[in-house]
Amino acid sequence: MAVLSAAGADAKPLDIGAMVKEAGLAGLIAFGLAFGLVGFETLDVPGGLAINTRFDDVAAVVVLTILGRIAMILLREHRPLLVAVIGLPFSVVLIVSLVFGWWTYFLPFSSAMVGWIVALMAAVFSLRAINALSHGDTVASREQREKTMDRIGARVQTAAKYVGPLLLAFAIILPFLPFADRRILDIGILVVTYIMLGWGLNIVVGLAGLLDLGYVAFYAVGSYSYALLALHLDMGFWVCLPFAGFMAALTGVILGFPVLRLRGDYLAIVTLGFGEIIRVILLNWYEFTGGPDGLSGIPRPTFFGLEFKRFAPEGMDTFHTFFGLEYSPIQRIIFLYYLILVMALITNLFTMRIRRLPVGRAWEALREDEIACRSLGINPRNTKLTAFGIGAMFAGFAGSFFATRQGFISPESFTFIESAIILAVVVLGGMGSQIGVVFAAILLIGLPEIFRDLQQYRMLAFGSAMVLIMIWRPSGLLAHREPTLLLNDGKSKPQETS
Amino acid sequence: MQGSFEYFLDQLINGTTLGAVYGLIAIGYTLVYGIIGMINFAHGEIFMIGAFISIICFLILGAAGITWIPLALLIVLIMTMLFTAIYGWTLERVAYRPLRGTPRLAALITAIGMSIFLQNYVQLLQSARNKPMQPVFSGGIELMQSNDYIVSLSYLQMFIMSLTLVLMIVFSLVIARTSLGRAQRACEQDRGMASLLGINVDRTISLTFVMGAMLASVAGLIFLLNYGVIDFFIGFLAGVKAFTAAVLGGIGSLPGAMLGGLLIGLIEAFWSGYFTVEYKDVAAFGILVLVLIFRPTGLLGKPDIEKV
Repeated sequence: MAVLSAAGADAKPLDIGAMVKEAGLAGLIAFGLAFGLVGFETLDVPGGLAINTRFDDVAAVVVLTILGRIAMILLREHRPLLVAVIGLPFSVVLIVSLVFGWWTYFLPFSSAMVGWIVALMAAVFSLRAINALSHGDTVASREQREKTMDRIGARVQTAAKYVGPLLLAFAIILPFLPFADRRILDIGILVVTYIMLGWGLNIVVGLAGLLDLGYVAFYAVGSYSYALLALHLDMGFWVCLPFAGFMAALTGVILGFPVLRLRGDYLAIVTLGFGEIIRVILLNWYEFTGGPDGLSGIPRPTFFGLEFKRFAPEGMDTFHTFFGLEYSPIQRIIFLYYLILVMALITNLFTMRIRRLPVGRAWEALREDEIACRSLGINPRNTKLTAFGIGAMFAGFAGSFFATRQGFISPESFTFIESAIILAVVVLGGMGSQIGVVFAAILLIGLPEIFRDLQQYRMLAFGSAMVLIMIWRPSGLLAHREPTLLLNDGKSKPQETS
Repeated sequence: MQGSFEYFLDQLINGTTLGAVYGLIAIGYTLVYGIIGMINFAHGEIFMIGAFISIICFLILGAAGITWIPLALLIVLIMTMLFTAIYGWTLERVAYRPLRGTPRLAALITAIGMSIFLQNYVQLLQSARNKPMQPVFSGGIELMQSNDYIVSLSYLQMFIMSLTLVLMIVFSLVIARTSLGRAQRACEQDRGMASLLGINVDRTISLTFVMGAMLASVAGLIFLLNYGVIDFFIGFLAGVKAFTAAVLGGIGSLPGAMLGGLLIGLIEAFWSGYFTVEYKDVAAFGILVLVLIFRPTGLLGKPDIEKV
């Protein structure tokens, strides 16, 4: 056993009995979880439901759980070699067979996706074991991990001065890169839309510390404002844009006025309620909003009056004839891409600047300590209302962009899950961090879009990613709080406080 | 017809049945909020899982040929409480325990993530279609009759009301009398002190989740029996409304959760009976906003003094 305990000098002899008990317990729990919902499948047959059993899947889940638990125990008890020796070949064989499509010989699952999950878990275990073998320690404590990630966060934020412009340059030349086809640009538009929404919500959640679970309501108000104005009053996109933002901000202020004195969780649930109310109204006010059918035929945006069409209407120019270009439908996509990019950048610039104004400082102070703010003469309600209103305004802008891009909107697009996604983008990136929002949006929106073929697993992966990232780093991936104000411009070292 | 007393009585019965569902879910929210101060956003999904396990149990029993209704109901009740409780326990162990002592927002995000995960998990395993079930109960007693309008109380509604009542009494007693209940109340007041005095805080919190999940699973069973159709999405709205009920009654207070659930159920039933069905959710949320503005601690909640 000398080899097995090489990693930890203080390794105690392995208590096989306790290990079997612990792994058995995990297996029992896995059985209890899987037996009902995995073991039996409800099938729709004429005249009711029939039932189908899938006990082989239950057995597989239980066995894998036990194996995983044993691996975890071995890692915890400083015996990584065993895990590495078994886990590495296992994961390599699985991954190779999955790549070449032989996995059906090894795994009893009906789907390759489950095979991938198993293979990746085995790979994670064996990588951790190898890491432990080479560094002598298995699991970094939470404090160590926090410290490392905080350092990375700080480094990214200092690097943001250089990385930001680089990312921006990439974003600007993206449409002209050789691989940028329509699909890539569509994903780009989507990601930038969420970045803009994330930056908008960051004002409310990150800066002012108000937990808003109904942000999508303002997005919806912006969308419908533009769509209704354009359809009924025949107004153009550029005229409607400020109006849509104004309407959303107004809604934000009206909704915020009665509820903003509530604290954290209560505020969250009330804003969630408001989000649902707005959606229910859109769904049921048939004469005005078209109800579940939504609004269609929303006009596309124009480039200063030049339309993106093959043939111009009477007496007008189109974009391609005016500039003497060949007509191509991608011109409109590229235009939309730049449009949302500029809108998102304006949001960012606005946030960066307003943070340095008294109202921005008041937001951050309010987030830290409301009572102290109140005693210093800051009016909490008005300050919160400005944050709520401004955040809502940007959602309104993004909403009218959404309407003009889709050409069709319906209440389907404004469900709670959208609010949750936007909030996840803000929180996972690290609250209050502008660059964190960008990374989180690329991670959460961009990656799943690229793997669109795995459609049915998309939201499953999304949910588990939210949980895993939060467990791994509760304050968000790139969370690092730079002090906004420093004594002596930060030249002298601040005194350590206990 | 709408003006008659019979119609009113009918809505009252409907509202009480609905209120039983909300009340049972709301207890789970209120217990968890009381003890660790977080909104267990995935609690609505636990309710949905309870409903799914119930329908699977009914199907298995049907296939096994057990058709005597009291026995079948008892088996389903025990099974769904057992298996859903495992989900509640695992949820806390996997998703919430690692986050104890971190900012509240992190736990809320995890809860939302778990809610999304569980919804899609059930959708993948059991397909996204509606799952219909034949009514288990039939018949009832007539309470009143006038001008061809019959107010009846069905056996199903009687079953639901008495089951809810029994469960609420049992769980109130558990919290008021047993050592587990004492441990829960101690953890609610001061977790650090409780652990110093030899209370196993982790175990107490786990058991709180198990209790909440059991009650939610019964709510799922009631929902299935009452409406006869479920899908993977029922947890969201029911969860949000049950949370509304918990806040309405005063979060952290057990009788408050029951009262809040009953009120939300009644508001919904009367609103759909006398006004428009479409806007019943708006009514429920509107009431919540009004209560929070004028009485932020809820109807039976204790005032929360903020110390500096």
